[in-house]
Amino acid sequence: MEQRAWVATRKGLFEMQRAGDGWAVARVSFLGEPVSMVLPPSQSSGRMLAALNLGHFGVKLHASDDGGANWHEVATPVYPPQPEQPAPGDRLPGGEYPVIPWKLVQIWSLQHGANGTLWAGTLPGGLFRSGDGGASWQLIESLWLRPERAEWFGGGYDVPGIHSICPHPANEGEVLVGISCGGAWVTRDDGKSWVVQSEGMRADFMPPERAGDPNIQDPHAIVRCSARPEVLWCQHHCGIWRSVDNARSWQRLTAPLSSFGFAVAVHPHDADTAWFVPGVADQQRVPVDGALVVNRTRDGGRSFETLRAGLPQADCFDLVYRHGLAVGGDGRHLMMGSTTGNLWASDDAGTRWAMVQAHLPPIFAVRYG
Amino acid sequence: MARLVFTQQLRRFTETPQLDVTVGSLRAALEAAFAINPRLRGYVLDDQGHLRANVVVFIDGRRSAERQRLDDTLSPDSQVYVMQALSGG
Repeated sequence: MEQRAWVATRKGLFEMQRAGDGWAVARVSFLGEPVSMVLPPSQSSGRMLAALNLGHFGVKLHASDDGGANWHEVATPVYPPQPEQPAPGDRLPGGEYPVIPWKLVQIWSLQHGANGTLWAGTLPGGLFRSGDGGASWQLIESLWLRPERAEWFGGGYDVPGIHSICPHPANEGEVLVGISCGGAWVTRDDGKSWVVQSEGMRADFMPPERAGDPNIQDPHAIVRCSARPEVLWCQHHCGIWRSVDNARSWQRLTAPLSSFGFAVAVHPHDADTAWFVPGVADQQRVPVDGALVVNRTRDGGRSFETLRAGLPQADCFDLVYRHGLAVGGDGRHLMMGSTTGNLWASDDAGTRWAMVQAHLPPIFAVRYG
Repeated sequence: MARLVFTQQLRRFTETPQLDVTVGSLRAALEAAFAINPRLRGYVLDDQGHLRANVVVFIDGRRSAERQRLDDTLSPDSQVYVMQALSGG
């Protein structure tokens, strides 16, 4: 049973601990500061990270080796000096330069990788790796310098960003990243080369002749099943997609009420079970009919149940953002937080929910660990 | 000597030396501060060494407009304040 969860918010990092039948705030770190992402402690080293996005003074990264009791600042990923002449990926043919400054805007995703590697996905689209627990970071230039990067664009932000990092648990050199808006990119040789693998996704926000372009898709979030890593689930700007062949192809699925949303979670042991939190549509990012629900499938997306028990069913305007839904290691415990600052948990795979905390700051990310 | 002062807001995050410098340019003055506390650099300058978008520098009461080269000339009695720009709050 999950005993601890981390909630990264607009105004601090909240550590939640089990208390009786529910949960309670055990500690608040960085109170008042925007925490854009948290990485729970590594099972081997115990190191955890918190990414701050200070309004005036930039992105900062802090580490803790004692479960969040004490923090110290570590190196922030830094983009290298921007060349005077456009590098590959910097400019569309005939376009102005520079299109996107080589400047860190936000750490959007953090993930543990193989052999103690740490991954950081950022706006404006750079992927960084650390081999020393965050003491130093290296930009993955093999992806950053792809000429296709010139086609990427922002989704919810002015610049593109990497929000999903899915290492393959069995293949050490394989990592998939999800980019808004740049599709899904995969390396299978430890970052030496990359291939875009969003075939099958459709972008309704593009002209028809570009709607199927893998390189401009807007996957809001992508998650991988731990037990069957060839199965990936994607909540996309334009619906829900699933891949059962390790991202080589994607199949579209339709959920009840709405297939629009940001968050997705997959059962770690059952690749056919996944959860989504729908909103009306991209132009109205609130629950359908003012009722917050979770859509769950247990058969690979052939059918869905709409789960409502314990969730507000009237006059609710909460949105669960892309990192706001977490599933525990046994697939039974779920926690989700909204941009309105409400937090719910379920101990029965989402069938029934209970409010954990109201009146938190806007929630960016929820993670167990 | 020119005096360099950082906003108290920065002290929440890192050491902010107040120092008197004999150097001739804004960038050189900042570098003198970064030599004392290297971590301060990332709070004031971005990846490309430009003034952060939501940081502002006043030299003798005048807002510095050159945000990339940071080559404003300091006089021996200049008062330089590195402040937060409220736009970033």
